[in-house]
Amino acid sequence: MRVLAAMSGGVDSSVAAALLLDMGHEVTGVTLRLWGGESDSGCCSVADVDDARRVARTLGIVHHVIDDSELFMDRVVMPYIRAHAGGVTPNPCIECNRHIKFGSLLERARRLGYDAIATGHYAKVERLEDDSYVLLRGNDPLKDQSYVLSSLTQDQLRSLLLPLGDMHKSKVREKAASLGLSTAGKPDSLDVCFINSREGRGNFLAKYTDLHEGEIVDSSTGKTIGRVDAVELVTPGQRKGLGLSGGRRYALSVDVAARKVIVGSAGQAYEAGLQLKDITWTTQGRVDEHLGGMRFGATEEGQCTQGRGGEYLDGKRVLVQTSAHGKVRNAMYRDGLVIYDQPERLVSPGQTVAFYSYDFPDMVLGSGIVERGISAEETERQFRQLESSVDISSVDIKPVDTSLVDV
Amino acid sequence: MISYLDHAATTPMRSEALEAMMPYLYSYYGNPSGSHSVSRQARDAVEDARQRMALHLGCDPGELVFTSGGTESDNLAIMGVAKARPGKVLCSAFEHRGVLAPCGEVGAILINIDHDGLLDMKHLKSLLDREVSLVSVMLANNEVGTVQPINAIAGLVRTDAPQAVLHTDAVQAAAWMDIARVTSDVGMISVSGHKVGGPKGVGALVIRDGIPYAPLLRGGSHERSRRPGTHNVAGIVGMAAAFDAAAKARDLEHRRVMELRDYFWELLSAIPGIHETAPDHSTKVPGVLSVYFDSLDQQDLLVLLDEQGVCASGGSACSSGAIQPSHVLIAMGYSVTEARGAVRFSLGHTTTREEVVHAAEVVRSAVAQLRGDS
Repeated sequence: MRVLAAMSGGVDSSVAAALLLDMGHEVTGVTLRLWGGESDSGCCSVADVDDARRVARTLGIVHHVIDDSELFMDRVVMPYIRAHAGGVTPNPCIECNRHIKFGSLLERARRLGYDAIATGHYAKVERLEDDSYVLLRGNDPLKDQSYVLSSLTQDQLRSLLLPLGDMHKSKVREKAASLGLSTAGKPDSLDVCFINSREGRGNFLAKYTDLHEGEIVDSSTGKTIGRVDAVELVTPGQRKGLGLSGGRRYALSVDVAARKVIVGSAGQAYEAGLQLKDITWTTQGRVDEHLGGMRFGATEEGQCTQGRGGEYLDGKRVLVQTSAHGKVRNAMYRDGLVIYDQPERLVSPGQTVAFYSYDFPDMVLGSGIVERGISAEETERQFRQLESSVDISSVDIKPVDTSLVDV
Repeated sequence: MISYLDHAATTPMRSEALEAMMPYLYSYYGNPSGSHSVSRQARDAVEDARQRMALHLGCDPGELVFTSGGTESDNLAIMGVAKARPGKVLCSAFEHRGVLAPCGEVGAILINIDHDGLLDMKHLKSLLDREVSLVSVMLANNEVGTVQPINAIAGLVRTDAPQAVLHTDAVQAAAWMDIARVTSDVGMISVSGHKVGGPKGVGALVIRDGIPYAPLLRGGSHERSRRPGTHNVAGIVGMAAAFDAAAKARDLEHRRVMELRDYFWELLSAIPGIHETAPDHSTKVPGVLSVYFDSLDQQDLLVLLDEQGVCASGGSACSSGAIQPSHVLIAMGYSVTEARGAVRFSLGHTTTREEVVHAAEVVRSAVAQLRGDS
């Protein structure tokens, strides 16, 4: 195959390109230039472009640098800024994967006559007998990156090679060293690539949007117990950086318009479920077929009822993961609503939820973005409404009522 | 087959330059600043080169400063004058970044460029006054090839801004024009070795006597302290030899390359949706053909051309090697979308008819592939 290998300059994508060559593919390297400003590392810096070029030279492959900074600004950076301005904490890496790496780059690769693109993500794409594709967790449990790929669709998986899916990171480094790649010992990049550590998130956002001082309000007493320099920088679930003394207080919600951060005890920082938006399905076919393992026929027709205080909710068993390497939670899903089996620590609006199959826990089903958390009381209410056969999807979702965030 | 159509980026070394340099890379190793016989050999070579370069650039040998290339010459000119005589600085909106960046640092005002790639003289006149200390307008543009009316500009500056120094970046013009003839009224002139068939890493700056100038580098008294640092002897010798050879072949090369460029355009113009920027060939140096394609991404096109052995360029390549929309075309009033579809082909002293024919065919099929009709 003619493969366009995305090379960030890091060790993973370097080894991915080398493995593709071993497999006999005709490989061309490409590095995206996405950010004109200062950055420490990651996809954007000039130093990383130089690293990628050096690796390509070592491997003896042609390497191109493509500037996609305008689209990156438009689809990743500005939405990130706008989300923060609205008190929402998004995951820019997932948006970059969706719109840039597996969006514009894939389209470009097809225009240029390549059969597939490849990246150094730790996840696997497998082709099924019916010519559909599934996305699976990588073999290295510490490095698995299926979460950040969970928004990919069949059309994207069809043209995607992930050569590192079977490998452990240590083997990847070994392979890099054995090939004499200059990136073999390079540290992993972790942070948002367009924000450099010296500047930090606050200073970065302050360049593009107004940040507002706000009050910290205790959820139980309604009293103001402190102040924050910028409500936009507070993420629900956050404990540190609120400057509060005595007892552990967690940010429960942020109301940018009212310049308020509502805080509560550790016990209050839990929620029963999540209302999601922008749902995408990785697996082929209708939504129902993805859930409860129907494709693989492991449970009774994918239907499942979950008992909760004598009440029953029709839904599908599903596993959800709410951060890149976060724990996997058992839940039920229906029409954009996730109800956990057990209350879970709250997840900030804007974060991505990845769905995995209950029966095949390594298989990605799809993803959604958290619109808001759902309290236990609200869940009860919805159960009651369900009892009177109201479809969940038609339930009128009200804005977060912080007085209800009390588990 | 490789069709090298990126001569404006750099043009192959002329054999005369290579031959002239060889002894100074090995046998004549002296430091020209020394006082003994070995040093004298090197110094003689530098001073001989200086005299010949002075002839090509129309200045006294003492007014010519050797530098590391075009960008350094531009920087020395802008920063050197701005430092010695603070005041209003003007430069054209489509200068090379070697001029634009230092001009930006000293708060320069940009002079408009019209859609044909020529300086807006009315705008220049409106900006000129007694506060202006420096005006910088390039002789030939690197992306579209248009030649600026430098004598008319010099006349206007002399009458309307008598305090001002006029600088011209003649880096692209030097391969095609008799610089001495056209820049006699210009105070400072930048040139580069490798754009005329000399080696990379060497250039020159004319600083006419009496021009306010403060050096940027501090160190020895080389180049009358205007640019301290041990001379790049072989580079200087190679540059002078390249200028000699280029001057000798100029009339012939000028005609030959212009015919090839016009033939190339004739072949390309059959491609649907192709447009020439600054289409009036009489205003341009012979080597440059700048085009844009409707609804096409230059980055895609350049990758496909490269795969088929055609070397061309997009806008300005940034430090990472990626292509950004050309500030030159934007200054000329082209839209970002048009600039994004732009490709510069530049021909030079080694270009052949076969290269041009091959390139035209590759461009045609690449455009067809990208438009999905191949």
